[in-house]
Amino acid sequence: MGLLDRLAPRKSDLDVRPPGSASGQADDPVFATKALPKFLQTLTSRELPVLLDLGPVVGSNVSFFGEQLGCKIFVEDIFADLDRHVRAGTLEEFPAFLKKRFPQANDEVDGILCWDLIDYLDRAAAQELATQLMRVLRPDGALLGFFGSAPAQDARYTKFIIVDEVNLKHRSYPAARGRQAILPNRDIIRLFSTLRVSDSFLLKNNLRETLFRKPA
Amino acid sequence: MEKDIVNIGKSVVIKGELNGSEDLTIEGHVEGTIQLKEHVLTIGPNGRIKAQVFAKSVIVLGEVTGNVTASDKVDIRDNGSVDGDIVSPRVAIAEGAHFRGSVDMQRKGAAATPEKGKPAAAAATPQQGQPAAGAPQRVGA
Repeated sequence: MGLLDRLAPRKSDLDVRPPGSASGQADDPVFATKALPKFLQTLTSRELPVLLDLGPVVGSNVSFFGEQLGCKIFVEDIFADLDRHVRAGTLEEFPAFLKKRFPQANDEVDGILCWDLIDYLDRAAAQELATQLMRVLRPDGALLGFFGSAPAQDARYTKFIIVDEVNLKHRSYPAARGRQAILPNRDIIRLFSTLRVSDSFLLKNNLRETLFRKPA
Repeated sequence: MEKDIVNIGKSVVIKGELNGSEDLTIEGHVEGTIQLKEHVLTIGPNGRIKAQVFAKSVIVLGEVTGNVTASDKVDIRDNGSVDGDIVSPRVAIAEGAHFRGSVDMQRKGAAATPEKGKPAAAAATPQQGQPAAGAPQRVGA
């Protein structure tokens, strides 16, 4: 991979769609995803799967998963919770908040869409979130996480809008804080200590996609 | 043939059970249970619902607090808001909509009827100065 590839995505990976596509925002870049199809594969064999989405509600994603999997989706927008704590100056209470945040029972969820949430959390909050996600995930269930490889300049979150099984539209929106420390792979693995890494991809846009599975 | 659509206006407040056999648009306030088994329920931009909702299709432009069950589709439009769980084979949530809860699109056939023994979201008691509605409200039927 050349230096320019590391600094900026190749045009072939950054496909800006014409107006009127998907959600109608022409400026949103579309990137390929390697882990999403594998995540879907783990769920297609399940009967009536249950998903947990930690991102903001994206209507087209809900429709996509409903049509593909015929599933039940819990939408728990943790980014909004984080924003609220940052603005209220109560970030030190966020780990305790996360401990009580998820009403799901142990082993209830077949798949978790964590997106890039971990990047925005302090270490204690990230560990508590990981603990809760490992708790609710069913044995043989899958967790999809994205992790940045370079520090971000501004405070913005990203909505990952599913275009199709292998493409995600990245739509950024204002956030109360930016990405925190960039976690090396070994720290990510330690964070989800009871899960095993099933697949891991470093994309040309510097995003790491990791698919975890809970041992059966 | 002209299709019947009944409107509940902005100033109307209903507390209790609302049953109907034609399409209904709500611009007022409803608390309790709404059942339109084979018909379309539209919560208008001014509609404020605190209820369990059962219908064929539900279109939300106002605010709904409570669980929504539709045998065909739930459509939360721009500026529409739902706080509650949705059960429906098809769900559309617009970009500017608010939603908090779960979406159950499991392919097991959503029943557009309330489960027996489950109480309505609010007590069916009339309030002073507001239209009494302790008994079921039959809309246009």
